[in-house]
Amino acid sequence: MTMVTMGEGAHEAAPPRVAPETAPSSDCSIIARGLTKRFRGGQVAVDDLHLAVPRGSVFGFLGPNGSGKTTTIRMLLGLTQPTSGGCEVLGRPMPAGLADALPRVGALVEGPAFYPYLSGEANLRRYDAADPTSDPRTVTARVGAALDRVGLAAAAGKRYRAYSLGMRQRLAIAAALLGPRELLVLDEPTNGLDPQGTREVRSLIKDVAADGTTVFVSSHLLGEVEQMCTHVGVMRTGRLVAQGPIAELRAGHAPRVRVETPHTAQAASLLGRLGLTDVRTAMEEVTAELGDHTPEGICADLVADGVAVRGFAVVRPSLEEVFVGLTGEGFDVNA
Amino acid sequence: MSTLSSATPAGDVKDSTAPPGATNPAGGAGATDPDGGTGAGFHGPSTGSGTGTRPALAAGEQLGSAAGERLVSATGVPVRPSAPRAAVRLLASELGLTFRKPRNIAMLIVLACVPVLLGVVLRVVGGDNDAPSLITQVAGNGLMLTFAAMTLLVELLLPLAVAVVAGDAIAGEAGGGTLRYLLTAPAGRTRLLAVKFANVSVFALVACSVVAAAALITGFALFPVGPVTLLSGSTISIADGLLRILIVTGYAAAGMAALGAVGLAVSTLTEVPIGAVAATVVGVVFSHVLSVIPQLEPVRPYLLTSWWSSFDGALRDPVATDVMTQGLLVFAAYTVICGSLAWARFSSRDITS
Repeated sequence: MTMVTMGEGAHEAAPPRVAPETAPSSDCSIIARGLTKRFRGGQVAVDDLHLAVPRGSVFGFLGPNGSGKTTTIRMLLGLTQPTSGGCEVLGRPMPAGLADALPRVGALVEGPAFYPYLSGEANLRRYDAADPTSDPRTVTARVGAALDRVGLAAAAGKRYRAYSLGMRQRLAIAAALLGPRELLVLDEPTNGLDPQGTREVRSLIKDVAADGTTVFVSSHLLGEVEQMCTHVGVMRTGRLVAQGPIAELRAGHAPRVRVETPHTAQAASLLGRLGLTDVRTAMEEVTAELGDHTPEGICADLVADGVAVRGFAVVRPSLEEVFVGLTGEGFDVNA
Repeated sequence: MSTLSSATPAGDVKDSTAPPGATNPAGGAGATDPDGGTGAGFHGPSTGSGTGTRPALAAGEQLGSAAGERLVSATGVPVRPSAPRAAVRLLASELGLTFRKPRNIAMLIVLACVPVLLGVVLRVVGGDNDAPSLITQVAGNGLMLTFAAMTLLVELLLPLAVAVVAGDAIAGEAGGGTLRYLLTAPAGRTRLLAVKFANVSVFALVACSVVAAAALITGFALFPVGPVTLLSGSTISIADGLLRILIVTGYAAAGMAALGAVGLAVSTLTEVPIGAVAATVVGVVFSHVLSVIPQLEPVRPYLLTSWWSSFDGALRDPVATDVMTQGLLVFAAYTVICGSLAWARFSSRDITS
């Protein structure tokens, strides 16, 4: 899977960008226009960010640690003021329209934070009480449903202090699901979860999205979001280097055939004769862009030509490879 | 577990005011959720990795459709609680936190112990009538223990308790990270600040009442109780004396609430609650120091601490309302100024904790 090398044209092949300047508000849950945050020290955390998150999408907000994801989320939620530019959440300008927009937004920002001496249930009641639009008559049902949904029903009465890291993360997700939400903003929702928990969060996000809720999920782990996102945006040192539907992002990078063989020269010339482009030869391996050819036809031709085929595969670039092309560095590296 | 009747939390302040027939459709939809989702959340009943997500998905679908119904009902029949009721609910939540916090309970217990200790000491050691002070009067009348205890505590221990709650108000939430979740709920910055101040004020009143009540009980138990001889020499009935105690308690609480506003303003400046508490207490001590320097006499009327013990005006006949009114005005001025500072800071602050 990882054998495909990106061509020099990776940047040019980046997916077409949605133009947030012209996108109608009604079609987007989140819009950012020239969003910029400069900290007092002069460090620019987010630089001229244009973002459009379509309604109903699962939007993966990706980038290495320190690339400005959390700062962006804090501005979207009205926790910090942008230095310049602005953003809209659910059609309301932030932070001015905060009181209208945020009751319909469930948020998990920079890890869980709760009152250690309260039980999980009491903690959720506390946050529910802070929402002026929530109905106190349904709080028990809603808290119970949220705890149930993240699998914490059995630990509802336990003090938060005694929760494990994974349970804390689940409680934070439960808090985001306390009411009917039109948008979920989840900042690194799988931090601290074991692989099983990670898989369950992914399935939960899919369920929530199936109801029509837009999910904006940030992560520094690509593989995690690749499977559940419909759209992605990629941050690099405070700048958005790509955004768009995930299929389009992948489409810029054509699938390739990979032939493992000791007869590399023979295989390479055959692939060339068959009309495949960008034929590359490496140690006991030949790759080329698949194009319109059928893999089984190529394989048959190779064998008929007497090439000893030890392995044959069609590789589609994973998002990770696309990203390496976009960010030009290993993904989990601090920017 | 999920009928509507059981969905009425006993501890919620607003349920009693909800009409019994007002069955909220949103609640109905939400209330049916847990049954469908029980045992099928994150921890699905199956442990196999292949099937592990399936029950969660099934539960999610049920929950999802319920969430959809809720949305419809929410737009069809707006069930937005009124702003004052929502504020009262948040205040109730605040008070619940404040009075459940072990540290705050411990402070109230200590405050209650001081008058008891004072009473016991005076009972055992008392009888020394050389200095006719408020404290020695206690031996003659148990009601005077309340005034003696309040005079003793209002200078440092009561301010300390109030400073702890006030300094913790915003800084504690910021330090614990809970502030960002309150604000994205969204609690609203101005609203949260107002509720925090109301919470500190209630705590101040409770703290002063605890002192008064503990002193009254001790006074009744250890000393003879009769008509009260006031500082001005005249004598009033026990009932009138109890009324004066109410006035004293209310006045002291107002002074402490003003300190609460100071502490709240400091609390908006930091994410370290202990720093805010310490700064507020240092401010009180500093103010006390200033007030004993004779050369700084002209500054005294402007110090908050100078007015805290002016409730002894209630021990005169007639009640020295001029001094106490002036004290209350100083408290109000401090509250308005510090409240404005807190608001100016908090409403524009970047929450980065």
